[in-house]
Amino acid sequence: MLQRKQNWGFLLGYQAYVLAFFVFLAAPLAAAAAFAFNDSLFPALPWRGFTLDWFFNDSEPKLGMFHDRRLLRGLYYSFVIATGVALLSVFVGTCNAFLFVRREFPAKNFLYIVMVVPLVIPGVILGISILVLASSVANGLEESYDVDLGFLRPGIALVVLGQFSFIATITSLVITARLRKFDATMEEAALNLGASRARVLTTITLPYLRPAMIAAGIVAFLVSFENFNTTLFLVGSETPLTITMFDRMAKAGSTPVLNAISFFLILGSGLLALVSVVIQRDRSGG
Amino acid sequence: MRQSDFRRLSLILLFAPFALWILLLIVLPHIGMGVLALREKVAPRVYEFGFGNFLEFLHEPIYWNTLIRTGSMSLLVTALALLIGFPIAYYIAKIAGPRSRGALFLVCLIPLWVSDLIRAFGWILLLRETGVVSSVLQAAGLVDAPVELLYNDATVVIGLVYTVILFMIVPLVSTLDGMDNAMVEAGYNLGGSGFTVLRRIIVPYAMPGIVAGCIIVFMLTAGSYLTPILLGGKYSSWFTETIYQQFITRYNWEGGAAFGFLLLAFTSAVVWIGLKLSRQTLAGTVAKS
Repeated sequence: MLQRKQNWGFLLGYQAYVLAFFVFLAAPLAAAAAFAFNDSLFPALPWRGFTLDWFFNDSEPKLGMFHDRRLLRGLYYSFVIATGVALLSVFVGTCNAFLFVRREFPAKNFLYIVMVVPLVIPGVILGISILVLASSVANGLEESYDVDLGFLRPGIALVVLGQFSFIATITSLVITARLRKFDATMEEAALNLGASRARVLTTITLPYLRPAMIAAGIVAFLVSFENFNTTLFLVGSETPLTITMFDRMAKAGSTPVLNAISFFLILGSGLLALVSVVIQRDRSGG
Repeated sequence: MRQSDFRRLSLILLFAPFALWILLLIVLPHIGMGVLALREKVAPRVYEFGFGNFLEFLHEPIYWNTLIRTGSMSLLVTALALLIGFPIAYYIAKIAGPRSRGALFLVCLIPLWVSDLIRAFGWILLLRETGVVSSVLQAAGLVDAPVELLYNDATVVIGLVYTVILFMIVPLVSTLDGMDNAMVEAGYNLGGSGFTVLRRIIVPYAMPGIVAGCIIVFMLTAGSYLTPILLGGKYSSWFTETIYQQFITRYNWEGGAAFGFLLLAFTSAVVWIGLKLSRQTLAGTVAKS
């Protein structure tokens, strides 16, 4: 180990640096969360006492988050979008895992790189390119055939597709990594014992993949929930939470209700992230 | 015979979601964006094929200055993230005891799942004129009047480093984790100093992780929108903001598509040069992390 070779002063300085880094990491989150409990109309010092009004109060000027219609609607749309993205990405990710781990086909290595590429394309570009294609297809159909396909216009369906376009890469990588560790002799044993292919899939392979599929789904849900760049260009009248919050933040004089919802989201995403880590660790056995 | 037909059919079925995804959501949209960028507006509702949108970019110094500014600040952010993040990753992977290692890594991961928006919001509350840092400095008697710490380039760089640094630390930890401690030991036993061991053994071993981290961080920074706008104000001159203005504010989709293409080409070129210089491949770095 390295520390045996170095003097204690160096190690102490090193640990102080690591500690300072974690303070740096936590400071903005702590600030965003703490002011949710300050009994003041502005998210700023001085501290005027503890309150839960920014969560539960039902009247202006201290409208709490659980009574703020627009924030609740944003939360609902975000939830719908994130659920759709998670289900779609886990399905496609699982198909991709079987495709790239179990099958041989031409240009496999090249296509594997193609699968990774959406993750490194800037989100803004994904947003505008999908907006451009969907709009020109919709306009073309409307002019030539007089049919109006609503889902190609900015709105929830387009937001789901836009986010799915790069989140599918994340789920594919997670599930592929798990399938690569699978011991194929388990399937052979079941086949030798007379099980059909469908039965092997549902009783052996898919249960083995389940932790990775759940973890990938949680990750997809969280990434979708917090996405801003891609969503910004594809959003219609149903604005998800991040866009609603951004609009309020850009306006001066936002009340601590934004802190309340920040606290709520920090807690929620922290817990979900913890669950996804625990699920993956539990059964992978190293 | 039936068996091979079945295998071919199932291969097609497995291939279909992948093909639809890549074709409909990645390839075709980018072609569409390219076509749109090459349409020149000559009169209302009349378009011609040409490079006019790209020429406009070259003729307006404010546009290419913004792109160069975005690119150079993103490189600075990437370098800072690596410098600050590497010791942290090394501590987590090699120095922390086995029990605290998992906890430290988890503490690192949780902010990763909190939205950029909330993190930028936290910085605003800390740094603005009426913010926590300003209040504390006044209370301590270090300054007489409120100080505005937002809306300058240093704050934007710090905010960006903060937003992306975890994407540097995670691949670094997973690479360094696989390194055998005996390699470092051997380096010392052969008489190497701490710096020599770092330069000759640790860094070369961690290279795939370093390159993966740098690529992700650079692309995220150059494509970021929230942090520069919220911490840098309206005139932060970030290229994604220029694209947004063309698309939404000015409704000039042709120009916006051309700018989007330029951002993509520029960032891809930087990543390609980085891969060539470090003799790594995309498959060996990003795909593995």
